[in-house]
Amino acid sequence: MRVAAPVGDLSTQAADAPVSAVRRFLLARGSSRWADRVFSGLMLLCALAIFAIVALIAAELLSQSQPSWHAFGLSFFYHYNVDPVTHLPLFWDPVNGVFYALPFIYGTLVTSLVALCIAVPLAVGLAVFLTEMCPRWLRSPLSFFTELLAAIPSVVYGLWAIFVLIPLLRDNINPFFIAIFQQPTLVRLFAWTHLFGDDGLFGGVNLGLGLLGAGVILAIMILPIIAALTREVMSAVPNSQREAALALGATRWEMIRIAVLRNARIGIVGSVILGLGRALGETMAVAMVIGNSPEIHLSLLSMGHSMASVIANEFTEATSDMHRSALIEVGLALFLVTILVNACARLLVWAVTRGATARVQ
Amino acid sequence: MKPNLDLRSLWRTAKDRIATGLAILATLLVVAPLVAIFFYLIYKGASSLNWAFFTEIPKPEGEVGGGMANAIVGSAVILAVASFFGIPIGIGGGIYLAEFGRGTKLANAVRFTADVLNGVPSIVMGIAAYSLIVMPMHHFSSFAGGVALGIMMIPTVTRTTEEMLLMVPHSVREAALGLGVPNWRSVISITLKTASPGVITGCMLAFARVAGETAPLLFTALGNQFWSVSLNHEVSALPLQIYNYAISPYDDQHRQAWAGSLVLIALIVIAVSLVRFFTSRGTLKGAS
Repeated sequence: MRVAAPVGDLSTQAADAPVSAVRRFLLARGSSRWADRVFSGLMLLCALAIFAIVALIAAELLSQSQPSWHAFGLSFFYHYNVDPVTHLPLFWDPVNGVFYALPFIYGTLVTSLVALCIAVPLAVGLAVFLTEMCPRWLRSPLSFFTELLAAIPSVVYGLWAIFVLIPLLRDNINPFFIAIFQQPTLVRLFAWTHLFGDDGLFGGVNLGLGLLGAGVILAIMILPIIAALTREVMSAVPNSQREAALALGATRWEMIRIAVLRNARIGIVGSVILGLGRALGETMAVAMVIGNSPEIHLSLLSMGHSMASVIANEFTEATSDMHRSALIEVGLALFLVTILVNACARLLVWAVTRGATARVQ
Repeated sequence: MKPNLDLRSLWRTAKDRIATGLAILATLLVVAPLVAIFFYLIYKGASSLNWAFFTEIPKPEGEVGGGMANAIVGSAVILAVASFFGIPIGIGGGIYLAEFGRGTKLANAVRFTADVLNGVPSIVMGIAAYSLIVMPMHHFSSFAGGVALGIMMIPTVTRTTEEMLLMVPHSVREAALGLGVPNWRSVISITLKTASPGVITGCMLAFARVAGETAPLLFTALGNQFWSVSLNHEVSALPLQIYNYAISPYDDQHRQAWAGSLVLIALIVIAVSLVRFFTSRGTLKGAS
């Protein structure tokens, strides 16, 4: 459903209007043709620089990760050694030259998943409130507030997480979940899920630091991104759809469900994927709270490591070329995954918002 | 009216109320951490700020006192390098997209690549700058950090410049051309100038975004405990220093990390508010 652009909207008018005959004539005149060509060439170079940068990053990461790729091949991403003494799996031991990336992939996936589970309902709720329910006077300060949330640097989130969020989780929130997940009746009832009990989702030592803490801080960080895009997509739903639903006697919630959410669903999925892309690559805040240990445990309270955090932590201290190369290979994997995720998200968001510029102001 | 229908409409009203309540709850839950973050920043940061913070360099590990003067100056150096690379290339790309490549396949590809580049994790930029600049030069430098941040600025600047230029009406361009102004001159002094408030907004947004970046600086600028403004040496930066102090075991360094965060946030919020102020006054007042 496309919307006719409002008369005053210059952007769509300007974008769609063909170059007029007058202008073509004026452009084709002989004077200053060389200067014009040089200028447009320069601007083209600037635009091509964006391609060049992406290509350069990819080439550099590929060439620098060659040693580790030759040594481990694809098994880098799923294999592991077994410790001869403790018989526990051994993934990452720079001193003895063991480099397998599985715990980082696991940590990245789990923290991002936790973040999405928390952030998506809140972000959609916020977007619904802002576009459909919010009184006019509150709309602009609220959206400014959430924009501010997006402007706070990652390292400040990390600092806040270390000194405020982690103690809060450790002392107030985790005990609640531990109580539920270790409740004897529930443990017996749901033993088959392996999620309950001492080696379940909330088993082990409660330090505050760990996968759950990283997931929560990630959720706070990606919330504004998802909310802003979701809001944009919802605003792009034409008012006629809302009016039609209301005219049929729908309550406000039914109108939101039938007219707004249903029409905006592809765009919402796109914005969620975009938030996922941000969560996957987020570095500093995660590195500060995830606990930094290359292990895999089911428990959300356990320490972990993510792909980005291991690079941040170990890169400058990498002693051997193989260690550095393995870290760069982790970076390459992260680069490819985020490009894929972002490309999907962009295509989805574009598919929805293209052409629809009627904003609810 | 049948009682059956009454019950149903009651249920529908109740559902509507519940949904409204949930949306308000979600909004509150989003606002709560923000308020908490700002509260702690101001509460902990303001009590830790003192004159020494702005004038002294860090004391050795474990000693009380000292400041982040070198980190503030270092951040300025790195951001100057970043703007030097990022802003001209970004604006150039935006001009190409809006003025020359409008509607072409190449322009669409550039736009898409810019959006994808925007999503590349900052730590990957750090690795790229490390292997492109630090490895060939054999030492860490503020230049490498600046380039990494500059690359991160390009997509934002390009996209906002393009959007702002697209808002300039055709008649303005045609008027310039009709007066015999060459096209390049018309683009620079008419189109770009008309859109300049919006373009500046984009540059400031990009600037605010990279000003707080830590990950790309970890192994490019590296950090430094002493005065350094050289492009050729390790330099400290505000976010780097905050990171190092936050994970350190000393209380006094935690205090300075809060103070540093407050200064950093203040800079960013001022930038964003200025942007907000200018955009809310109508970016193209002069054009229409």
